[in-house]
Order: sequence, then structure tokens, then C-alpha cells
Amino acid sequence: MTGPNFQLVWPLLVTFLAPFAILLAGRRSQNAREGVSFVAAALAFLSVARFIPEVLAGLIWKVDLFRILPGITVSICLDGLGIIFALIATLLWFFATSYNIGYMRSLNEHAQTRYYFCFGVAIFGAVGVAMSANVFTLYLFYEVISVFTYPLVAHHEDEEGFAGAKKYLVYLMGTSKLFLLPAMALTYILAGGLDFSLGEISRGFFLTPDGSYKTALAAQNPWLIQLTYGLYIAGLAKAALMPFHNWLPSAMVAPTPVSALLHAVAVVKAGVFSVSRIILSLFGAQTMHDFGLSLPTAYLAALTIVAASCIALTKDDIKARLAYSTVSQLSYVILGVALVGVAAGEVFSPNTLAAQGGLLHIGHHAFGKITLFFGAGAIYVATHLKSISKMNGLGRRMPWTFGAFGLASLTMIGVPPVAGFVSKWYLLGGALAGGQFIILAALLASTILNAGYFAPIFYRAFFLKPEEGTDLSHYHEAPATMVVPLVLTSLVSLGLGLYPLVFQNFILFLLR
Amino acid sequence: MPFEISAYPVLTVLTFWPTAAAFGLAFVKGETAVRRFTLAAALVEVALAWPLTAFQKTDGFQFVELLPWVDDWGLQYFLGVDGISIMMIWLSILTLPVCVLCSWTYIGRRIKEFHVCLLLMTTACVGVFSALDLALFYIFWEALLIPMYLLIAVWGGDDRRYASLKFFLYTLAGSTLLLAAVAALRIEGGTFSIPGLMAENFPFPFQFWVFLAMGIAFAIKVPMFPFHTWLPAAHVQAPSAGSVILAAVLLKMGAYGFLRFSLPLTPAASLYFAPFMIVLSLAAIIYGGAIALGQTDIKKLVAYSSVAHMGFVTLGIFLFSVRGLSGAIMQMLNHGVITGALFMLIGALYERSHSRDISRNLGLGRWLPAFMFFWGLMSLASFGFPGTNGFVGEFLVIAAAFGQTTEIRGVNVPLLGLLTAPGAMLAAAYALKVTLKMAWGQPSSAKGRGWPDLNLREWAYLLLPAFFVIYLGLAPGGVLSTIEPTIAATVETFQSSATELAVSPENPPRAAVETFQSSDAESGLGD
Repeated sequence: MTGPNFQLVWPLLVTFLAPFAILLAGRRSQNAREGVSFVAAALAFLSVARFIPEVLAGLIWKVDLFRILPGITVSICLDGLGIIFALIATLLWFFATSYNIGYMRSLNEHAQTRYYFCFGVAIFGAVGVAMSANVFTLYLFYEVISVFTYPLVAHHEDEEGFAGAKKYLVYLMGTSKLFLLPAMALTYILAGGLDFSLGEISRGFFLTPDGSYKTALAAQNPWLIQLTYGLYIAGLAKAALMPFHNWLPSAMVAPTPVSALLHAVAVVKAGVFSVSRIILSLFGAQTMHDFGLSLPTAYLAALTIVAASCIALTKDDIKARLAYSTVSQLSYVILGVALVGVAAGEVFSPNTLAAQGGLLHIGHHAFGKITLFFGAGAIYVATHLKSISKMNGLGRRMPWTFGAFGLASLTMIGVPPVAGFVSKWYLLGGALAGGQFIILAALLASTILNAGYFAPIFYRAFFLKPEEGTDLSHYHEAPATMVVPLVLTSLVSLGLGLYPLVFQNFILFLLR
Repeated sequence: MPFEISAYPVLTVLTFWPTAAAFGLAFVKGETAVRRFTLAAALVEVALAWPLTAFQKTDGFQFVELLPWVDDWGLQYFLGVDGISIMMIWLSILTLPVCVLCSWTYIGRRIKEFHVCLLLMTTACVGVFSALDLALFYIFWEALLIPMYLLIAVWGGDDRRYASLKFFLYTLAGSTLLLAAVAALRIEGGTFSIPGLMAENFPFPFQFWVFLAMGIAFAIKVPMFPFHTWLPAAHVQAPSAGSVILAAVLLKMGAYGFLRFSLPLTPAASLYFAPFMIVLSLAAIIYGGAIALGQTDIKKLVAYSSVAHMGFVTLGIFLFSVRGLSGAIMQMLNHGVITGALFMLIGALYERSHSRDISRNLGLGRWLPAFMFFWGLMSLASFGFPGTNGFVGEFLVIAAAFGQTTEIRGVNVPLLGLLTAPGAMLAAAYALKVTLKMAWGQPSSAKGRGWPDLNLREWAYLLLPAFFVIYLGLAPGGVLSTIEPTIAATVETFQSSATELAVSPENPPRAAVETFQSSDAESGLGD
């Protein structure tokens, strides 16, 4: 811990004020509103990026904003883990704004000001989650995301929209109230506070540095720590770990940019980021190992990876296929982070290989998956097609979109030199280092399954002739405001594969 | 308990200024003049409360006034406040101007009488919370009944006769038992003075019966399950201001009674009955929430949510820990602020739609954005959204509940805590359900009707609770540090006297003594 630095407030302040500025500008004109979105996204990104040198130097700033109860504060910090997520969320907000303009205007969507407002608030929530320095702050921003993304999911205000959004809210709010809140109360009782142990991943917050319990209650009932852990994993349903994954496919009724940013980046990444935070900074590798928490989590994640991929194979709707792919890929992160407490050998030392793989995948998956969703949206705007089986030959009409789509698919499959390969490499290494061959097998199976449901899309688009009687000649690329960002994000994911140290640098110091 | 007699009788002034203003109203003519006069009187009342800000954060009674009254019976005019009651007094006083404002156009007939009722009610409320003499307390307690009855019976909805009578009978039944307890305490303890009685250690059988008599009176007032049925009826029929006072202040009197009388005067019996009270509280939390989920009438929904919220209060009280009691008091304040505001919002909406049915108040988001903003804020707060005041009280009580484990087959299980979780989830369910319908429901009831959004007066009376929602949500430290010394002292005295009686061989209460010596009893809340 290095001390307070009030400049930390800027990313939060910018993202907090931006939605209101959007609201005000929305009364004037569309252009003003979207201009404000751009400026806010740029400012937010810069205010986070400003901390890169310090985080790389291993400095961790922390600021207490409000004091709620003894041991419970609203505190923000920025460490290697948090900055990854904060950078991704703000950078992709910028791309998504450009994409939004093309999408929302092309389809002439209603209530656009409300849409941009809620979009901004969701980013505020994501940045808040990234910067949380304790469980309470995390919970606060986590709930902000849940509430303010509801209008985005239900945007179309039709029966399907309301049904999907209702499921979304019931899953997310229900689990957070039923499991996350008790988990937080239990943590408070067992450890006397809710702080994350920042700057290291081994010790956690439940035990003192010499390995003893912090309260008499914990010492008498160690199993309560396991109970707390179980409640956390169940309560953070945004991570879409089975069996609490079902909200994600239903939430695909939202407009595609929402699915792209929120359901590939902000919402679901807030989920896996929170799980990573809880595992690494609250429980710590040692506690995960000592209490036998790692392996069950890893097996559950492995199950989710394989099962969701199998379901994805059966989906013809492109967004549904992407949704199940997301469910599967999110569990890569959880798998890697959970394996931190599993290592072969007599003396336990944290399995940092696996953890690196998991954390890198937060970033690497984000750029790939947002490209895929952007692509699906661009296809819809240009052709109003949703079914993969009807996309034969479309690649020649929309080469940029499908080219980027193909590149992003490679990330999902984990083919070098695209980003997904790097994280998968570390995950495989971590599984080997822990001697977990079942998990190794699950990861390899997932590679094949991913190829099984992504390759056909590319193949159909470029190599199959259009079906008899369909005329594709009147289809063209979607507007440039949509195509440019999706090409850029796919190139970023290629770049991350060629130079993976971008995100890795941030977490290296954590793992030393 | 040593205390200083206050030089300036601030409590007397606060208690009787509204009465004086009520007399003054007799000479005011014209509808608007009556409203303005009452509003001015209410604001003066708030200003008169300024000396209370000098409250010291210690555990004794302050601003004490002690005058002999009826010497032969041992009656004294004895007022004073401690950390618990001062919060309730602030709540009562701040409710008055808000009530006047929210009745400005809502009440259209017998305006002078209505405002007289409001003023008298404030007198009784402040009196209840500042009385330190049992008989005096009882007088104020009963004095509340009449104006509240009139509020419902005269200015209420279509079914007002039934609702007001039910309210009256339930409360009176409780009061009768309370009177018996007061008399018994006078005979056994030899004094009406509450601090004097607190110093006594009554034998267990006596405590048993006194707790039962008082407990039922308080349980009706809270209201605890299964004595709650008068509440939805009263709330639905009462005018806005009546509902606000009912929710913000009257319900608090029951919980206050438990804190002020049951715990200090009958500690062993409280301990004995605790498991029973805890089960009833949990029942209220779950049952209230489940019933609220099924309501189609917005006001009824909020009324049942009150039952659930007050369940958290009584649960916190009967956990006998610093955390639990602090949570209970925070929850009392928060419920007053939030539910009070919700009832005002319902009143404002009723003036537009003339219906309290959810199906006739759909899709307001686009047409009444300011209204929906306040409604949204208050519903979030009501289900304990982090960062709002609702979270603080609920979390403290839940944490206190988790601090107590129950042994099941040799394993210590935090059963109580786990049982509160469904209640918290139900709260989110019903609050979000009604809010989403009101904001988005189709077809919109407001479309094309020309309903105006909130006017200046409505903004004025909603900003006050909105401020407290955020302030108490992000910085509850000021309030917590005020109530904490009193609570710590209450818990300490309670534990020593309850344990003392519990271990003496002639009265062995069944409740396991170790249940309240939980881990969190040792850790205070203070800095």
C-alpha cells in the first residue's frame, strides 16, 4: 500500500458525471449527445491510463471516500488487477460509442438518450468494480451495473425484451441478495472487515500474516470460511458459472451493441473480475489451498467450459451461439484464477502460471468477443439476418466484417498468433503445473469445440455459394462508424497476441 | 444513572409548542391561512429543536426536566432523552412540516381540524419519546390514539370506518395490557421513574408477566407478526399524512418500547422469550415480503413491506448485541425516512391518477421522470441498496444474525443469518417489481392525460427524505456514534442482569444464556 492519491477519483468522477452530461446534451441534439459520449470515454480512458507507469512500478494508491461502518468503507484503489479491467472497459466504451452511432441510427431505435445514459452508468459501474478496494465497494458498483443495465436489456420494450430482462434481473439481483449479501456479512463477522489484501495474492484477508484466525468465531468454526466462499461463488452470477448462467443467453434480446459491450465486457467481466478479486485478494492462494477450495471451483469451471461449448454447437442464431461461447470463455478466467491454490509438490506455492492465464484472458477475451458481437450487429444492420445457416456467401459482400470476425474467432479457439492463444498457453501450463489432467483435457476439448462452432461461420461466409434463389448483391458493409471499430478491435486482439506483455506487465508484480 | 437538570426546558417546549399552535389555529381564518400558519408552526418547531444539537455522545439521560406532579401517587413530570430517543424525537419533529406540505392539496375538507390533529399528534409523539416517568409515558402513548383515529376515520378512504375502528381496537387492547404492566411496576418497584425502575432487579416470575403484558402492547404497535393485520387496513385508508406519521413515527413506538422497557426492566424474561421473538421476527420478514409481492394496491404493498422491515428491527433488538441494536435503531430511522417518503409519493400519485392500483399507474417513466426518480431512489433504499441508508440498518442486523450460531448435530451453523437472506431477496423482488411496472408498464396510464410532473412543493417535501437516504447511506457515522454509547450501556446492563438472574437456581430460564454471548457482543461499533 502506498498511500492516498486523490487523482484516483478522476476515472470515477468522469464516468459518474458523463451520463448526466449525456442526458443534458441529449436535449439539444443527437450529435451533441454522442460527442459527449466520445469525449467522456476518451477522458475516462486517459484518467485511468495516467496511472499505468505507477502501477507498473508496483505502486498501489488507495483512497477512502466514505466511511459507512467500522471496517466498511467506500474505498477505491488501482492495482495491476484493477487497471486491466478499467482500461478495457473505458477503451472499449470509446469503440462502442462509435459503433452505437451506426447501429442505433441505422435501425432508427427509440429512446436513444436513455440508452446512452444507461450505457454510461454501466461503464461507471464497471470502472467502480475495477477500482474497488473492498468487498462493500465492489458490491455497491456490482449492483449499480445490475440495476442500470436493465433498461438496456429491455430496450425494445416488447414482450420478449421484458421477459429476457426480467430473467436477467431475477438471476442477478436474486443471487446477489440471496448469496452475496450473506457472504459479505459472514466475511465481516469472520474477518472483522471487508478489505482486499492488495499487492499480493497469497495471504488473503481471512488469516493474519502468521496464519491464525482473526476472530474467535472463525477459529471455532473454520468451515464457515468455506461456506462464505461458496456463497461468494454463487452470489457473483455475473460470472455466468453454471448453474447460474442462464440469464446471459436471455439477455441477448438487447440491442447488439449492448450485448457487445455489456455482455462481452462490462457486465460479465465485472462478474469474473469480482470472482478473481475475491479469490486472489480476499481469500488468497494459501487459504484457497488450505481449505480445499481451488479444485471444486476449477472443476465447476471446466464443466461450464465444456457444457456451454456443446450447447453453442446447437445454436443457429448467431447471438445465441456467441452468448454460450461467452459463458464458456468466462470460465477460462475462473478456471485459471481458481487453480492458483493447486500446485504439485510438497511445499505449496501459488500456481501463478494458471492465475496469469486466467487474468490475461479477461483482456484477451474482451477484444475478441466484442469484435464478434460487433460483427453480428453489423451483419444484422446490413442484412437483417440472424441465422448462421442463411449466411452462405455473405463474406464476399462484407469482407471487412467477416474478416475481422474470422480473426476474432481465432482468439476464441486459441490459435496463435492471436491473443487467445497466449492465455490458453498459460492455462495449459498452469493445469500441468498443478498436475490436473482432467482440466487439461477439458481445455483441449474446448479448443476443438470452439473450432467446431466458429469455423463453420467463416467457412459458410467465404467458401459456400449463396443458396439458390437468394440474391446477395444488394447487401453491403454496414456504416463505417460500425465497421471501423470492429476492425480495430480485431487488430488489437491480434496485437495482443503478438505482444502479450501489454496486460501481463500489470499482473507480473502481483505474482512475484 | 446520574443526570443534570437542564436549565432551559427544551423538551417541554418541543412537546407543547405544537399544542399551543393548535390552540392558535382557532383564531386563524381561511384555508390557505390555516395551512400557512401550521407550516410556520412546524418550521418553528424544527427551529426550537436546535438546542438538541448540543447532545453529548454519552450514555446518560440529557436535557432532563424533573418536577413534582402528584406527590401522593409518586407521579413526576420527568423528561429526558438519551441516544435512542433523541433520534426518534428528531424523526417526529422533521415529519411535521413534511406532513403539512404533502397534505396541501390532498386534504380538501375540515382543514382546520386536520391540522389540529397533526399538531396534537406531534405533541404526543415527542412526549412519548421524552417521557421518563412511566405514567407520563402512558398518558402520551394513549393521547396519540385519538388524533390518529380521527385522521383515518375523518379524512380516510372509502373503507375508513372499518380501518379506523380496527386500528383503535387493536391498539387499545395493547394499551390495556400496558396499563396493567405500568401498575404492576409501580407496585413492585415503588416508583414511576423509568431510571429508578431500571436500577431494580425484579424476580423472574414478575418479569415474565410484565414482559408478556408490555410485549403484546409493543408487538401490536410495531406491528409484529401475527398482530399486524390492522396495519395494511390503516395504511390503505389513511390520508397521506396519516400514513406518513403512522410509518415514520407510530410504528417506531413499539420498537422503542422494547428498547426502553423490555430490555432494561425485564432482562431475564427478554432472554427467556428471545427465541420466540426471533422466530416471530423472521416470520414477519418472510411473510411480510411474500405478501407484499402479491399486492396489486401500491399502498398495501408498502404497508406489508413495513411489516417485513420492522421484522428486521425486532430481530436486531432480540439479538441483544451492540451490532443488532444499532442495526435495529438505524433500521427504525431508515424505515421512517424511506417508507414515509414512499407514502408521500403514493399520495402525490393518487392526486393525479385517483387510484392506488398498480394497473392504473403504469408506464410513468417517460411522463413523470422526476416522480420516478424519487420513487426509484426510495425503492432502491427500501430493499437495502448499498450506498443508501436502507443498506446500513439491514446489513448491521444481518451481520448480527450471522454472529450467532446454532448447533445442529455438533456443527455450528449460522442458521439465523442464512434465514434472513430470503427476506432480503423478497424485498428486492417486490420493490423492483412495482417500480418497473410503474416506470415501464404498458399501456402507459399517464400517456395523453396531461399529468404534471412534481411541482415545487412536492420537490420540497421529497428532497428532505432524499437527502437523508444518501447522507445516512454514505455517512451514518454521526448517528451511529450518537446512539452507540447508550446501546453499549444497555447491552452491558442487560447482559449482567440477565445472566445474574439466569444462573440463580430458583428461576432458570430456558433460553441458553450463551446464545447472546456471541462473538460480536464483545466487539463494539465505536471508533
